Amino acid sequence: MANNVCLDRACGKHSQFWTLLALGGLVMLGTLSAFFYLEHHGHIETGMNNQIVWGLPHVFAVFLIVAASGVLNVASIGSVFGKKMYKARAPLSGMLALAMLAGGLAVLVLDLGRPDRLIVAMTYYNFKSIFAWNMIFYNGFFAIVGLYLITLMDHKLKPWSKPVGLLAFLWRLALTTATGSIFGFLVARAGYNSALYAPMFIIYSFAYGLAAFLVVQSVMYKWNNIAVDERILARMKNLLAVFVAAGLYFTAVLHLTNLYFAKQWEFERFLLAGDNVYTTLFWLGQVVVGGIVPLLMLFNSNASKNPAIVFLAALLVLVGGHAQMYVTIVGGQAFPLDLFPGYAETSSFFDGVMHSYTPSIWEMMLGLGGIATAFLITTVAVRVLKFLPQDDFKEIELEAKEG
Amino acid sequence: MSEPNRPESNPENGGRRTFMVAGAAVAGSAIAPGVMLYGIAQAKPADEAVTDKTRWGMLVDTTKCNSGCTDCVTACNTENALSGKTGPQDSQWIRKVEIKNLQTGAQNSLPMMCQHCENPPCVDVCPTGASMKRADGIVLVDRHICIGCRYCMMACPYKARSFVHEPLTEQNPEVPRGKGCVESCTFCVQRVDRDEKPACVEACDKAGHKALVFGDLNNPESDVAKAVKAHASTEVRGDLRLNTGVRYQGI
Ligand code: SF4
Ligand code: SF4
Repeated sequence: MANNVCLDRACGKHSQFWTLLALGGLVMLGTLSAFFYLEHHGHIETGMNNQIVWGLPHVFAVFLIVAASGVLNVASIGSVFGKKMYKARAPLSGMLALAMLAGGLAVLVLDLGRPDRLIVAMTYYNFKSIFAWNMIFYNGFFAIVGLYLITLMDHKLKPWSKPVGLLAFLWRLALTTATGSIFGFLVARAGYNSALYAPMFIIYSFAYGLAAFLVVQSVMYKWNNIAVDERILARMKNLLAVFVAAGLYFTAVLHLTNLYFAKQWEFERFLLAGDNVYTTLFWLGQVVVGGIVPLLMLFNSNASKNPAIVFLAALLVLVGGHAQMYVTIVGGQAFPLDLFPGYAETSSFFDGVMHSYTPSIWEMMLGLGGIATAFLITTVAVRVLKFLPQDDFKEIELEAKEG
Repeated sequence: MSEPNRPESNPENGGRRTFMVAGAAVAGSAIAPGVMLYGIAQAKPADEAVTDKTRWGMLVDTTKCNSGCTDCVTACNTENALSGKTGPQDSQWIRKVEIKNLQTGAQNSLPMMCQHCENPPCVDVCPTGASMKRADGIVLVDRHICIGCRYCMMACPYKARSFVHEPLTEQNPEVPRGKGCVESCTFCVQRVDRDEKPACVEACDKAGHKALVFGDLNNPESDVAKAVKAHASTEVRGDLRLNTGVRYQGI
């Protein structure tokens, strides 16, 4: 079947393709068994508890969702801003967005206390809830990006790709804002009480999305034994550098403004200079591995000639992104709620103490299922449809001359 | 595993049937002798709708609450069939919090539970509407609509909610609970609906501390309304302007 519809040069590599599928399938199998295990025994088998209510699955899920909206940026730059080089990448970008969103949402659903009530979640809406709005945004995202992919791939519908692309672009901004707002709305928690969360998540999504795109693109080119054009690589790596730098800048602004408010000091000290895993993950994971090192690599004069450097830098951005999500989601909960400012608090319910969280293998498997879902969808889609960027080098040269 | 979805979805009334017990006749029969009965004057038949004429509330007098006493907690566990275990994954609907003023060293002991906020963040964030506030101010989780996403736990400023981490056995049929759902203090709605006081209040009275006064804040004749009028009391995290139904005196 795949043989007949395959338009890609990759068609030759049967066994490798099946190996990839088997690999992804194996992880998926682990995820599903973790799901059924937890469904039977309950969340008692996870490290999550009444203090850390969102754990590792949410780290993976939110990362994928945020990156999904960011990966669509490539298509937006092409369609909305008319850049030819990005236009050639629009189908791949749209498909990746759908794959990653599907992966992220799958994890969220698998982690529900009552996943069997998914239909309830789909039919009962509390319109005051930003979470419910997110579900609407996600569903709309599937529909709009799906439509957008069709307009891109069908020649007759091509003229529609611009307006639909614009809609997709606006929709994804709204979606990322909504995702960021999930945290921004938690006014009671010291770690999340900032209006900066939504814009910061948009910047993060740009960086994570483009990084994910570059990783996939590198692998696809390598797989097909094609070299990426130097000019294309140079532009994309510069864009990634801008996004990563902007992400670092926003992170700095967030913490500096927090330091400005005396009541946030305790939390900032906990996060930035504490004796805990979150401080390590913040500085080492988010800032160094996910920010400074990739920036140095991208600004290296050899970077645009050497796709491996860009690939590695993008990979590091993804790793750093997971560290950031862990710090944001788990770290934000680990810091105790201050019910009585100015008082020391103790209780049987862990008031006034740092909450501890040790993820179990089950929730790790749930989380990895998101990546596996995105991976499987991508692998199959790239195999059966034409997603390899088709660059028109004359146009790119023209664009380059225009500046 | 799955329960049938209940047809009614109106969040204000949705949980009522679940929590209600027929028979107003039993009202008051379980109340300890010598204890003031609240709201008996306007005792309503059990099939009468919950209205916003009533706002259930509580005043906690921390000067009367003893450090080390956990009678309210025990009573809650018994009434609502909680295990009473205090591991990080166990449900605690009410807990005793010991606080110490960092400046003066003054110490207080007080029970902390769902504050039955008038503007409850848990209800605002709940995607399905399972978290809901009844017209009479009691905040509940509809156990048949809750999908176990735990967003309400993230949003509650008082850490009042627990997630059921494992399958439950030996439950009180009046108090629906279940694995995979979130739960919290209900003000013992099943008792309140038959004009009894919450189990914690009854236990505290029984022990002679009388630190908890429960009743209708909207009824100027009720003990709780008189008490909040007579004494200075505060809301915990009053800065959040949630207008909690539970207030504290003496801190
Ligand atoms: S105390 Fe928490 S659970 Fe109770 S009503 Fe307020 S926000 Fe909701
Ligand atoms: S856990 Fe249940 S009650 Fe809480 S927000 Fe989710 S669906 Fe609503």
